[in-house]
Amino acid sequence: MTDLSASKSGSLLTEDKRTAKRNAAEKRFRAYGLGAILLACLMLVLLLISIVTNGASSFKQTYMAFPVTVSQEEFDAAEGSILKTGAYNKMLQSALMDYLVANDLLGDATEDDVKNMISGEAAADVRRMLLANADVIGTEIDFSLLANGRIDGYFKGRVTRETAALDTKITAAQLDLADRMTEDGSMVTRFNWSFFTNPDASVQRPEAAGLGVAILGSLYMMAVVLCLALPIGVAASIYLEEFAKKNWVTDVIEVNIANLAAVPSIVYGILGLAIFINFAELHQSSPLVGGLVLTLMTLPTIIISTRASLKSIPPSIRDAALGVGASKMQSVFHHVLPLAAPGILTGTIIGLAQALGETAPLLLIGMVAFVKEYPAAYSSELGLFGEASTALPVQIFNWTTRSDPAFVERASGAIITLLIFLLMMNALAIFLRKKFERRW
Amino acid sequence: MNDIKIAAKGVQVYYADTHAIKDVNVEIEDKTVTAFIGPSGCGKSTFLRTINRMNDTIDICRVEGDIRIDGEDIYDPKVDPVQLRAKVGMVFQKPNPFPKSIYDNVAYGPKIHGLARNKADLDEIVEKALRRGAIWDEVKDRLHAPGTGLSGGQQQRLCIARAVATEPEVLLMDEPCSALDPIATAQVEELIDELRQSYSVVIVTHSMQQAARVSQKTAFFHLGNLVEFGDTDKIFTNPEDPRTESYISGRIG
Repeated sequence: MTDLSASKSGSLLTEDKRTAKRNAAEKRFRAYGLGAILLACLMLVLLLISIVTNGASSFKQTYMAFPVTVSQEEFDAAEGSILKTGAYNKMLQSALMDYLVANDLLGDATEDDVKNMISGEAAADVRRMLLANADVIGTEIDFSLLANGRIDGYFKGRVTRETAALDTKITAAQLDLADRMTEDGSMVTRFNWSFFTNPDASVQRPEAAGLGVAILGSLYMMAVVLCLALPIGVAASIYLEEFAKKNWVTDVIEVNIANLAAVPSIVYGILGLAIFINFAELHQSSPLVGGLVLTLMTLPTIIISTRASLKSIPPSIRDAALGVGASKMQSVFHHVLPLAAPGILTGTIIGLAQALGETAPLLLIGMVAFVKEYPAAYSSELGLFGEASTALPVQIFNWTTRSDPAFVERASGAIITLLIFLLMMNALAIFLRKKFERRW
Repeated sequence: MNDIKIAAKGVQVYYADTHAIKDVNVEIEDKTVTAFIGPSGCGKSTFLRTINRMNDTIDICRVEGDIRIDGEDIYDPKVDPVQLRAKVGMVFQKPNPFPKSIYDNVAYGPKIHGLARNKADLDEIVEKALRRGAIWDEVKDRLHAPGTGLSGGQQQRLCIARAVATEPEVLLMDEPCSALDPIATAQVEELIDELRQSYSVVIVTHSMQQAARVSQKTAFFHLGNLVEFGDTDKIFTNPEDPRTESYISGRIG
């Protein structure tokens, strides 16, 4: 007994050396972990702040409102001329001049100053509207017209009097005029719906550029990816996981699927260019080709996540089904698949979200083109999803390469839009998983 | 003596290179409870699973020899394992109800085998099966509650009801009480005794007391061999083989 008590360690109230060392190590590890998370959060916050401060203003747009009367003769003359929008432009310019003079707003602005207040896109908008409603010709119409990008930038803080002094495209007189028109109420900045509906615009007209074509193109591609990658991926996973014999062939396939998931996405672009465009002769820049390429890219992700969720279903459920005499297929489709569905859906949506944000392969198949026309889902010449289109991430890439700072704002706005789409998809994935999750 | 329901001759089972069952010959009677006992890893569950060909689902498993039910070779290439399993029901070690309602659990087998012509038929089959599973009184008011919400013992009786719903002729039970408490075990054992009236029941068990309580015949497996097979009373009181005696008296296993 005395021997035992002699070998006893010290008091429990004092920490011995080993315990102190162990506790210190644990404390250090916790500090590292906390530090890593704080650093990641800080970076995320910085990223969001930078994007939002740059891009939030793209959701607002400056418009000018003044009455315009286009007579039948003017309309006919304009439609008869070669530069049709040029003729309308002149009408708008003189209408604006008349409005400014009549309301004593002109001040020291010259005629050129007034002319350049209006966006080049405004004339096209007016023409489109007149062609659609011929009965307004000859009456006084209150148009709401896009102001020039520099004027728009002035209200958003992008253009200041200092930068204007160095800029040949804007004068101090124009800024004074803009201030007076704002007081008068004929120049307003309001929510920019057309940012989501307009197609891209030329380098000179950032104020008119929108995401319409890009959003449409991305939706078409997502439709293609969903329709192809989900059934193919799920069928492949079910076969590999439930039916295929486990031998070296399936091992090789498994390793290769894992490898394909890690292949840089631009490689899929090259593959798509070679197979879908050069060999199968599908149309370049089309959402169909884009969707096919993204399908190839998304398949490994979907297969891996589907197999993981099939694996997570306890074998006792399969045994139970087989035990009452269900066939292999019945046991999979009646029991295993419904239980794995939430996991499969989550994997698919995350795969889709990844595809939605993918840029590199789309550059190679020509989706970087400037597209002004909304692509139709189906056309008799080009087939399903065959009309040239662009995509959200590519539009962002496209805008960031343009020199006008107004496009930086547009690109940041597009990034915010893309992030909102991605967040919505991830939220949907979480919602579906929570809703259909079943316990046993 | 009852008729012979299952006759196994020279059965060998291999898992890849492991020889799991070595030349087993056994004749299992109809309307009798036969218990398989033996230490862990002796092959009793493996042999049980050869009787309804559940081993088919394991790629590396190979079965040789001859197993006949009512004189028909169940490993004949013409035999569809799905049809066989409708005839030979199985209850597993861990209660494994489908994560569906109690009703759907029992109705699933009859549905896929087309045993019910209409909803009323199916209702009748479900009620009969649940009564046979001795669980009807406990669940009749909540047939559409999830089967996974029942207690462990109730779940196991639900699984038995599910197995008898397809009107099998043989019922295989792989340690059906190992996850249950003594009260639930007693209920299941009572149920097994009743099921003997209609089926040939084969039960694998780790508990020798259970084998003694529920079975009329007992087979003792050791290291893949069928060491001894005979009347339960005789095996437990007067075993012929010294290994059986060692196991029963607790010296091995």
